[in-house]
Amino acid sequence: MRGTPGATVSHGALHAWLLLLPALLLLIGFTHYPTVATLIDSFYSTPKGNRPGVWVGLENYQVMVEDPVFWRAVRNNLWFAGATIPLSIGLALVMALWVNERMAGRAFLRMAYFTPTVLPMIAVANIWLFFYTPQYGLLEQITGLFGLPAHNWLGSPSTALGAVTVVAVWKEAGFFMIFYLAALQTLNPSLREAAAIEGASRWYFFRRVQWPLLMPTTLFVLVNAVINAFRMVDHLFVLTRGGPDNASTLLLYRLYEVGFQFWDTGYAAAMTIVLVVVLASVALLQFFVLDKRVHYK
Amino acid sequence: MKASQRATRLVYNEPGWLDTLAAWLLALLWVLPLLFAVWTAFHPSEYSGHLALGAPWTLDNFRRAWEAAPFARYFLNTTLLVLMILSVQLVLATLAAYAFARFDFRGKDIAFALVLVQLMVMPDILIVENYKTMATLGLVDTLLAIGLPYFASAFAIFLLRQTFMGIPKELDDAARVEGASAMQTLWRVYVPLAKPVYTAFALVSISFHWNNFLWPLVVTNSVEARPLTVGLQVFSSVDQGIDWSIITAATLMTSAPLLIAFLLFQRQFVQSFMRAGIK
Repeated sequence: MRGTPGATVSHGALHAWLLLLPALLLLIGFTHYPTVATLIDSFYSTPKGNRPGVWVGLENYQVMVEDPVFWRAVRNNLWFAGATIPLSIGLALVMALWVNERMAGRAFLRMAYFTPTVLPMIAVANIWLFFYTPQYGLLEQITGLFGLPAHNWLGSPSTALGAVTVVAVWKEAGFFMIFYLAALQTLNPSLREAAAIEGASRWYFFRRVQWPLLMPTTLFVLVNAVINAFRMVDHLFVLTRGGPDNASTLLLYRLYEVGFQFWDTGYAAAMTIVLVVVLASVALLQFFVLDKRVHYK
Repeated sequence: MKASQRATRLVYNEPGWLDTLAAWLLALLWVLPLLFAVWTAFHPSEYSGHLALGAPWTLDNFRRAWEAAPFARYFLNTTLLVLMILSVQLVLATLAAYAFARFDFRGKDIAFALVLVQLMVMPDILIVENYKTMATLGLVDTLLAIGLPYFASAFAIFLLRQTFMGIPKELDDAARVEGASAMQTLWRVYVPLAKPVYTAFALVSISFHWNNFLWPLVVTNSVEARPLTVGLQVFSSVDQGIDWSIITAATLMTSAPLLIAFLLFQRQFVQSFMRAGIK
């Protein structure tokens, strides 16, 4: 790390490496090293007491593949991603289209949509726990008005995952709205006037003009939404703890349980590798495929 | 003819009443859970969950929440944590971004690729291995341990590199001609011109780390190091029975600084998030 070796070392190169050094050392220590170490650890058994882990080959992966809770987490996570991604992006787009118009109370609308974004997820989860809670919760009071029977949304396996998904959408949509709003504001106003003179319907104008021009934004938001779908688990700690009976557990939450409640670090390492592979494929897909096809330049 | 055309254009540009109604309904739906929590936090506990018009207002829940858990300490921890992370991030990212933007050296592309790796493999998912590192370093249960994995921010480096590359090279040359060293040029030319980007990154970083939960939960186990989010979770899951008025009061209290800052500086917040997102 002392500049490029050989006689060609210029003063500039040495200087540049010195500037990079602190950031690179930290990145190596807390991103590259742990990634590689996780991969190695995933082939070793979990150290117990003074006994270090021994090489077990693919055993941790075997345990993982045979663990029904892991597959439950995978299914849940795919369901969670499949619901939060289109819902939050769709809502964000609709919100942005509204707020972009000269509409009564526009400032209030924008604030209302965006506020959940600045709240900590733990606080959001507390607020929704109260909202969902039987007897006291607002939800039950509203459904009660319509004469519907009481339902424990977070306590029943059939609705727990749906309930935590709603919370995630609530938190995310306003955040994505901002990016759509920014993009809409850069669109040339004469496009809209031209469409108006041509007598195009609003839907036609959206479908043929706005939506294609918003494509780069949609891609950016999409990548973020996918990453968040595998990273956002804070609310589970408050709302369901992955329950009931693992009905709402997600991969990263399961990883936390395995690694820090059961202290099975070998298995946890194997699960971390699964998450790294998922996130890395998203990033590589974006970098090599989508980025090249979407930009209008 | 012309007048009618203009009229259609205006009508066309105006959103219909149906849009306005729908937008307002969605907005009300969006603030409803929050308003319900606010209502509960400001009323005596016998009213929690029972919306009554005449219910007396009170700040007592906030007082009781404040006394029930060491929130003062949690506030201090979070404030220190957020400021520590932000200042280190800014310094390290500025130096690295300058190297990437204005120096030519062998291995530059590889070094940049190594930085970008952090954008896909973020510290949030490397908790098991990073915990081991902290245990080896003897740093478990310290504020430093919470911050360390985030000190070098690939996002900040990327953002500042883009900005620095957009600054005309002539300004750089002029400063050098006047005898300024590389560091002086960075400090006097680049940093001032990138100010909006620094503000944008600062707001994003502060709100991220104020709200961060999983890694702090893993790496802390005492009041001395716990940030607000972890403190709030411990408080509402362990310390309390189910006294909703206290829990909602604590929840609002912990979110208040960011929420108030957001309401006061809405425009800057929104613009910062936009600026940080659009590369």
